Formats: sequence, structure tokens, C-alpha cells
Amino acid sequence: MTLLLQVQGVTKRFGGLQALTQVTFDLPAGQILGLIGPNGAGKTTLFNTINGVYHPEEGRILFQGKDITQNKPYQLAQAGMARTHQIVQPLNELTVRENVMVGACFGREKQNLLKAASIADEVLNFVGLSAKIDQLAGSLNVAQKKRLEMARALAAHPHLLLLDEVLAGLNLSEIDGMIQMVLDIRSQGITIIMIEHLMKAVMNVSDRILVLDYGMQIAEGTPQEIANHPQVIEAYLGDPKLAAKLMEDD
Amino acid sequence: MAIMEINDITSGYGEVQILWGASMKLDEGKLTCLVGGNGAGKTTLLRSVMGLLKPWSGSILFQGKDISRMPAYGKTDLGLVLVPEGRQLFTDMSVYENLEMGSSNKRARPKLKENLEKVYTMFPRLLERSAQKAGTLSGGEQQMLAVARGIMAEPMVLMIDELSLGLAPFLVIQLFESLRTLRDMGMTIMLVEQNVQMALAISDYGYVLAEGRSGIEGPARQLIKDANVREAYLGL
Repeated sequence: MTLLLQVQGVTKRFGGLQALTQVTFDLPAGQILGLIGPNGAGKTTLFNTINGVYHPEEGRILFQGKDITQNKPYQLAQAGMARTHQIVQPLNELTVRENVMVGACFGREKQNLLKAASIADEVLNFVGLSAKIDQLAGSLNVAQKKRLEMARALAAHPHLLLLDEVLAGLNLSEIDGMIQMVLDIRSQGITIIMIEHLMKAVMNVSDRILVLDYGMQIAEGTPQEIANHPQVIEAYLGDPKLAAKLMEDD
Repeated sequence: MAIMEINDITSGYGEVQILWGASMKLDEGKLTCLVGGNGAGKTTLLRSVMGLLKPWSGSILFQGKDISRMPAYGKTDLGLVLVPEGRQLFTDMSVYENLEMGSSNKRARPKLKENLEKVYTMFPRLLERSAQKAGTLSGGEQQMLAVARGIMAEPMVLMIDELSLGLAPFLVIQLFESLRTLRDMGMTIMLVEQNVQMALAISDYGYVLAEGRSGIEGPARQLIKDANVREAYLGL
């Protein structure tokens, strides 16, 4: 089992706020890791720290065995790490195809424009956006923009794909389509970390789940282990002891 | 008797749909809670009910009358009062002035004195600090003030968004108990909470909102033991 990513004791602070505290986990190649936690738990901060937007104050991050803690996002994109954003970030003035070409040009293989265009066509076919290929990205609806975001990341031909809430704002059938796409991507051998609030979805597609709460890693395990973990239940449902006290006082 | 009925509301922001069909009923004089994980659409539903956001479809009946299209200020005059998430106090104004602002609607104005006494009795801390700027209060005191400002508006239905967020446990207990007191005084309360255990512990009836849709509902004391509630949150 090769470890694609190793996060070791990562701590990130913003002024007095401790956004991540000693986060540690290993991610074997080919797995889907679900990253969950209440609002403000530090999930997106962890993504930003893994892909070089932020650098941690403590700890280190290894990607394919190499220390990448101080690398910048563009270097990591070239090393094979791609991501999507919670708030989609299309280049609105470019066409759908051009948006995806950007991924291919600045990704792992640093393609020339000609090759990038053919990769874009291929990837857009995979995400089901072929019909929109010459439209401006700004003209797409939300579900299509989410697919575009995914396509641009995939065009980089990454080893590791970071997905930040790709299901948010989609209707039920769009959600099913997106989940199937995530599973297809994994079967192509791409390793995935996904932040997701839709618990049913993330519990069903993930091999393992990591739970953050107030920047601390409170649990890690299989979906089944996580759903029965007392600290996770408390983080999501509140403290049963306080509830019991309220009922006593009634 | 239901004082308010929310029927199959859909709503969202721009082209992003958040609510896909949310329904609930508020019985008069009861404490009803709406619980759900983050992103479930709880605040969006409150904003739609209050008229801060237009429902895309569905209806809201207040005392049998359809008020789905009524603007927020009209609803305040009817007696729908929202204690918003994050308190939204007038931080540069004194505690007293914030309370006064609460009673600015026409039903509440004549009852200013009476209601002031009520909230000062309920939260003596606010009386002690009545001349202090609201922004200088502690987190717990600010939440008390937000609830008190709501009471000053002479609500027929008091809607509270995230009472417990970011507060120390003993304060949470104190605030929750004050809601129970208000309920016992006859007020209809709708409590929206992420802390499902505590919300269900003090409520009469509960609804679970998951992924923008109404799902499980029932008497609160039954829901608190219901494994399906945990499943709605944790997915398994």
C-alpha cells in the first residue's frame, strides 16, 4: 500500500485563532477520504494547507514521499495535486473548453495548447459538458459550473484530487450523477479527499472518514466506525449530558 | 391549534436552491424546534418565513391567512419576530436602547414598560448593564439581549435562530430554561438549533430538516431517542 499523502502534526494559526491543531493522517493511493465536521471545523483550511495556499506553523506534509510543506499551489498542481473550490471559480470570460485547457496547461503534464484542447474535449465528454464546449463559462448554471470545476481539475491529470463540497446546491438527480462521477474518477486510479456536508453521500462513497471539530481531529475510521463514535455524535448532535440535565430540571 | 403553518416551501439564493420542500406547524403556546445539520437549510427557512427571502413556492399561513408574499416589516406588525443568528445587535447603542428598538412596532409600543419589566426580571444582568453599550457585553449577555429585544417586540410567534452557538454550556442551559419560562407564560416559540439534543430536550415538538427537505417529526421526547434522527445527521 503506497502512501500518496502523509499529513504529520499539521498546525495552522490565524492570529490568535488555532484553525488546525496537530492534524495527522496517511492517505493510501486509490482511496477516497471523506473530510467532515461542523461549520468552522477547519476543513477548507486543511485543503488550503495541503495544496500550498497556506503554510502550516507546525508539522509537515509529504506528497509521494516528498516534503511539500513549503511548496506553492502552482508547484503542487504540477506535482499532481488538483482541487475544486466550494464557491465555483470559473474563468467567466473564457469558454468552457478554454477553462478546462487551463487545467491541462498548468497541471502535471504542462501540455501545449494543441494537446490541452484535445484533453479538454475528452474530459468535458466525461463530465457530460460536451454540448456546452464553446459557451462562455459564465453562462452555465450551478450544476454545470460544478462539473466544469471538476473537469478543469481532472484535465491536470492529477494523482490527488481535492473536492470541496461538489454536491452542495445540486438537486437529487444531479447529486446522483456527481457521486457516480466521483466513483468513476476513483476507478481511474485517482486518489480523492472530499469535503462534504451531505452525510449520506460522503458516508457511502468514502473508504475512510476524518472528522474535524474546532480544528482538532476528533475521529478517523471507516464510515461505520465514525457513525458510532461518541465524540462525533456529540459534535453533530450536541452533548447528551447537558440535554439530560435540561430534562431533569423540567 | 396551529398558529402558523409552513407548507412545502422551496427557496434559495440566486440560482442555488436550498429548500426543496420544507413544512412544519407551530402550535399556539408551544415550543417547537427545527433541527438539522449545517447546510440543511434551517436559516433559509426562517428567512423565507420572515420575508427576508422570497419563497419560490409553497405557502405560509399565519392564523389561517396566507402571508407568503408579505414583506418582513408587515410580518413584524402581525407579531412574527425573529431573533437572528449572530444576534445582530446595535452594538454602539446601549442595552436599554436596543430593547427600545425591539418595541418599535405598533403592537409593541404601548407595552414598552410592561415588557421592559418582563425582560429585566428574566435577565437581571441586562438591568445591571442597561446603560452599557451592547457591543461591550459578553457573548452570553449579548445573546440574552438578542432574545430580550425579541420579547420587547410583543411576539405572537418568537423565532430564534441558533440560541446556543458559541456559548459556554452553563449559559446555554440558562438561556434554554428561559425559553421554557416564556413558553409557560404562553408564548409560541420556534427554535432553530444545531444542538439537536438540547433543542429536543426543552421542546414540545420537533422537526428534522435534512438536505433542504422536511423529514422526521414528532413529540420532542420521542425524537430524542429516535435512531433515525441520528441517521439524518450522520448518514448511517
